[in-house]
Amino acid sequence: MIELDNIAYNYGEGELLSNVSVQLAPGSFYFLTGPSGAGKTTLLKMCYGALAPTAGRVRAFNMDVNGLDRDQMAYLRRRVGVVHQDCRFLDHLTLIENIALPLTVSGKDLSQEEANLHELLNWVGLSERAHALPPELSGGERQRAALARAVILSPDVIIADEPTGNVDWEMSQRLLRLLVELNNMGKTVLVATHDLPLIRAAKNQVQARVLRISNRQLALAGVDL
Amino acid sequence: MSARNLILGDAQADRVVPPSGFTAQLTLFVAGAMAFLTVFALALSVASGRLADRWADELAGAATLRINAPADQRQAQTEAALTILNQTPGVANVRVITSEEQAAMLSPWFGADLPLDTLPVPQLVEVLADNPPYDATGLRLRLQAEVPGAVLDDHTRWREPLVDAARALRRLAVVSILLIGGATAAMITLAANAALAANSQVIEVLRLVGALDTYIAHAFVRRFTLRALLGAAVGVICGMLGIFFLPAASEEGGFLTGLGFSGLSWLLPLAIPPLGALVAFLATTRAAKKRLGALT
Repeated sequence: MIELDNIAYNYGEGELLSNVSVQLAPGSFYFLTGPSGAGKTTLLKMCYGALAPTAGRVRAFNMDVNGLDRDQMAYLRRRVGVVHQDCRFLDHLTLIENIALPLTVSGKDLSQEEANLHELLNWVGLSERAHALPPELSGGERQRAALARAVILSPDVIIADEPTGNVDWEMSQRLLRLLVELNNMGKTVLVATHDLPLIRAAKNQVQARVLRISNRQLALAGVDL
Repeated sequence: MSARNLILGDAQADRVVPPSGFTAQLTLFVAGAMAFLTVFALALSVASGRLADRWADELAGAATLRINAPADQRQAQTEAALTILNQTPGVANVRVITSEEQAAMLSPWFGADLPLDTLPVPQLVEVLADNPPYDATGLRLRLQAEVPGAVLDDHTRWREPLVDAARALRRLAVVSILLIGGATAAMITLAANAALAANSQVIEVLRLVGALDTYIAHAFVRRFTLRALLGAAVGVICGMLGIFFLPAASEEGGFLTGLGFSGLSWLLPLAIPPLGALVAFLATTRAAKKRLGALT
């Protein structure tokens, strides 16, 4: 699905990541963990083409991500659902319009997707809040809405960057269950988090692999954390 | 992006970029003001072109033969000159100006009750050239030999500076129109850049959820193009009304009247709104492309 081949990333003050290689297998569930500032977000951004590695190659769906032109990059983004750390909503649009945004920008007819849209809202438990504006939502509601937006185009891969960053334990459990459900439907899921209890909780529900960044390297972490 | 799409737009796509109240009004105002100015520059250009052509034609076609002779020889010399003129190929018409007409011509300077008979006023003969015209040098030589008091004036001396002036005026008007077009493009580029900068977050999010560059650019380009079209249409209507209510051409007003459009040239200003929209379209497309290129 997504393959990082010996990549390095350098912000200009020494390497943040070096010699990182990993292959995300279809249908598997990954956690990406590591201390703050270790490069989790950077690594995720390279997976969906928001950053280009300073060395090495990123391949997604058998295409070289660095070699994509701007339109191909847009099409790639439609195949990878991303839950951004800060959600990235358009504050002048209602929640349901934000969730439908990937449909809108890919020129889909919203009236035909209405049933799907409401089902999805229901799945993330936001039917009541459909017409609220993003600034009116709580942290947990925002994260669930961001997840709904990430999956609206039914992508094969879902990447979530600290989805439980500022929600309480109960809400992070709920988000985790949604991600596990997506994985059960056959989606590849990659979740960056430094929330170790969440990773432990996940182990009861799904066979997750844990990737850990330390000392600029990526390693498959042991079963026990 | 088809023209139909551009005008009708897509209600969903249109919501994606937040409405921008103030820059929208600025763009409307700029487009309107520039279109208004363009109408006047166009009117000036059309009118000066028409003046130049008219002066060139009328003056080129007509010449005056002036016969200075003592009163007793005047009649004879006039007749001799007329004979020569009638024999000259390229002369279409010859007319002796009557003493009443001469008095009318002189009255603005000397008053109506001028005793013309008592003054040594030369006899004037109007000569209208045919096509092809007569050979002025040949005619002069022949007149010199046979009618010593005759002077042929083909008006070249004061025709050329007038025609040159009118043509220079037209050039200036054309340059003004080009400058107005350029200034409009510059101002709309600035407004589009401001709108793009103000919405950089929106653009980034749109890119992240998989919007193509053309989709994002379209949202902005469409707005600016329609605003320019609407603003220019209002400006052109105001400008045309202004021209319409200018005083009509008249003898007394001389060349200051008749500066507006006439006949089919009234249709010319109607091209300004589409051209303004085209300028806005190109300027915004360029600005959007540049800004989008800086994003991943």
